[in-house]
Amino acid sequence: MTSVARRRWAAGALALLAIPALLPLVSAVAAWAVPATEVWAHQLRHVLPRVTVNTALLLVLVGTATALLGTALAWLVAAHEFPFRRVFAWALLLPLAVPAYVLAVVFAGALDYAGPLQVWLREAIHPGLRLPPIRSLGGAALVLTLSLYPYVYLLARVAFESAGSRPLEVAQSLGLDRGAALRRVLLPLARPAVAAGVALVCMETLADFGVVAALNVDTFTTAIYRAWYGMFSVTAALQMAALLGLAAILGVWVERRARGTRGYAGQRPGGELPRRPLRGREAAAAIAFAGGVLAVAFVLPTAQLVAWAWQHAATDLDSRYWAFAGRSVALAASGALVVVAAALVHGYALRGEPRAWVVGLGRVATAGYAIPGTVLAVGLFAPVAGLNNWLQYRLDATLGAGAPQLFLQGTLLAMLVAYLARFLAVGAGPVESGLERIHRHLDEAAALLGQRGIARLRRVHLPLLRGSLFAAAILVFVDLMKELPITLMTRPFGFETLAVRVFEMAAEGEWQRAALPAVLIVAVGMVPVVLLARRATHVA
Amino acid sequence: MWLELRDAVRDFGGRPALAGVSFALEEGEIGCLLGPSGCGKTTALRCIAGLETLDSGRVISRGRLLAGPGVHLAPHQRGIGLVFQDHALFPHLTARGNVEFGLHALRAAERRACAAGMLERVGLADCMDSYPAQLSGGQQQRVALARALAPEPTTLLLDEPFSSLDVALRERLVGELRALLKSLGATALVVTHDQQDAFALADRVGLMRAGRLEQWGTPYDLYHRPRSRFAAEFVGQASFLPACCSGSGMLQTELGPLREGHETTACGGAVDVLLRPDDVVHDDDAPLQARIVERVFRGAEFLYTLELPSGRRVLSLVPSHHDHRIGERIGVRLATDHVVTFPPLPGVTDAVDTSAAGTAARPPAP
Repeated sequence: MTSVARRRWAAGALALLAIPALLPLVSAVAAWAVPATEVWAHQLRHVLPRVTVNTALLLVLVGTATALLGTALAWLVAAHEFPFRRVFAWALLLPLAVPAYVLAVVFAGALDYAGPLQVWLREAIHPGLRLPPIRSLGGAALVLTLSLYPYVYLLARVAFESAGSRPLEVAQSLGLDRGAALRRVLLPLARPAVAAGVALVCMETLADFGVVAALNVDTFTTAIYRAWYGMFSVTAALQMAALLGLAAILGVWVERRARGTRGYAGQRPGGELPRRPLRGREAAAAIAFAGGVLAVAFVLPTAQLVAWAWQHAATDLDSRYWAFAGRSVALAASGALVVVAAALVHGYALRGEPRAWVVGLGRVATAGYAIPGTVLAVGLFAPVAGLNNWLQYRLDATLGAGAPQLFLQGTLLAMLVAYLARFLAVGAGPVESGLERIHRHLDEAAALLGQRGIARLRRVHLPLLRGSLFAAAILVFVDLMKELPITLMTRPFGFETLAVRVFEMAAEGEWQRAALPAVLIVAVGMVPVVLLARRATHVA
Repeated sequence: MWLELRDAVRDFGGRPALAGVSFALEEGEIGCLLGPSGCGKTTALRCIAGLETLDSGRVISRGRLLAGPGVHLAPHQRGIGLVFQDHALFPHLTARGNVEFGLHALRAAERRACAAGMLERVGLADCMDSYPAQLSGGQQQRVALARALAPEPTTLLLDEPFSSLDVALRERLVGELRALLKSLGATALVVTHDQQDAFALADRVGLMRAGRLEQWGTPYDLYHRPRSRFAAEFVGQASFLPACCSGSGMLQTELGPLREGHETTACGGAVDVLLRPDDVVHDDDAPLQARIVERVFRGAEFLYTLELPSGRRVLSLVPSHHDHRIGERIGVRLATDHVVTFPPLPGVTDAVDTSAAGTAARPPAP
């Protein structure tokens, strides 16, 4: 291929991949051109102020809490030595395996007025004793914090550890004691990493649908869902989605800026960061803190989940359950296949030295990970429905009355396109870094030896990319198993997966019956977390 | 001509990497492009290989136009082998797999035999089934060499073949590589920034600077008959001493008279004479005394920086049993075979001349 043809091919492929991410935003913003409906007037007066305040409060609470909790845990593990430190170093990542909405279901079921904890408190201590309600804004903030703090923890810990001993030694040689050196040198060094982690947390919080839906908190995502399913107004849902989409874009911008300055947290010369040994009461306090967080965020909820699942296995573990599981696996597998294939095309299009605008196009294609699933679902529904109607019209015109009826908007097609938009970034990451590791000289050596195009892909690139493609497929597969809002809102009628089943049981208040489908999701979710934990420990 | 590059121009967005470079290699010759980093030598190599496109100019191999106006053969159609600086071995293939990679025109059995034969020739018969990660740097280089040579290219190109190897290994491998290339009768072009490698390896050396070829010649010529100050300074150590042309074919310098060489570029008036450290010899009987201002011990000899009475500094290589301290004065005289002169640098000479006048050590003008 000549370089001009290659460049055209790359730009065309990236433009095609950017459509799924751009189309929902375009159709959401375009909905503002539709004259204000009665539904929208109602939304504007009664819903919008409340969801804006709730969403903002949730962002501030979760952002602050994860920053404090994640940094504190990272500092404890990176700069101190105490019993079980190595175990905590990776175990503190385990909450990533539990989708936030599953944690919300467990908390709601366990801490409800009629739940086991409150019942026990009333019986054992005082009949009038009550806990603050878990189904509240505070409860949602608690659940999201416990579920999302590992992002901050991981990035901050890597930043502390990769700073190494040198900054500390320099500070100490300039007369600072250890505490002051940590405060004045290491914390500022880790600040960009903490900021990047908090930005990720905020984007997840903004996109969250499952937690706020289960805990009855009205935010943008639930408002979009209600406008669509409660009031049957796609336009109102789209208009709400436009606001959320814009907030998400702002989030991406902040995150990219934070990541841009993270540059100085690279590998440093000098030894490892020396860890201060903790003894006696200090060590006990450290274990209690880290262990307490782990217990509340992972161990106890998972144990409760398993217990409930066990109780209901006798009645619920039937062929319907296996049908949910089968559908989840089939959907996640086909989604992973589509996303990884697209990621391979994406990686190839960006290989070499592309022009700045081509790189920009590639970024747009992967920016869909920041767009909340609810926005993607409604934003893609409208254009796909429009395409469906147009095709139907053409079909009717040519075939007459006997033409088959099309239902594109209720098919897996729309779902897969939305998955592609949201998870391309997840697949593109490993593929891109895999391609980066293949030095340009290998391509040139193959070209000189007469192997180009498909032959080179088969004989050189694919063997070298095998690991990256596999990693990408696993990551996307697990994310799709956990995915809720897109699947919920774009599925064909009556199409139930494990995640949808958890949501439905939660919506009916049948917390304990949600456990059985949730257990399988958590089990699958453990795979990438264990891989990540192993690699992060390897780095440390 | 076996391989020829003619008026090659390559521009990277306003920054010319090649600004009209021409040279040619005869069959079986080893050529070498030498120069500081960024001088365009690697670009020249990549243009010959077909990995870069020439903006203008030609690449001709055995009378066949590989690249020129309207012609740009793909790399694999050129019959040219390339050994990359980082070797660029395929990490998922064994040594044998790497060498077989380019032999896709042959049947499997022939391919195996050919690869095995090639690896044997480079002395790697024992490592055929090793993966690149299991091989040492020197072994990797020989696999890369075998892989490039296996398809029997007309010309072999080597990009900085020794830069990724440690110094001890380097010296031995340069000799081995030359012997191997000569035994195969290969025509080769090597790119390096190291003058020692270039001299040890090449029949012809081209010195490049800022996209231009400063000089193309034998290593001996390049050292003893440099055509520019840059060439004189880049290849070996150089000091320059002002001199005056007398009419009788003699040059008058502070260190005594010199017979003008036939390369003398400018005559009539002031010139600068190139002095190599071995041109300035220590002689206790010499009338002229110079003060030692710096000394570097090199084992077999000292490299002294000497200050002449005029304040000029020259370098002198002195056998190491003449152990003098800094500040001492020693007698020196000239012993030059090849007198090379350059026009004096404008401005610089004037400034030094005034200081030199004060010392009154300058030989009287004729």
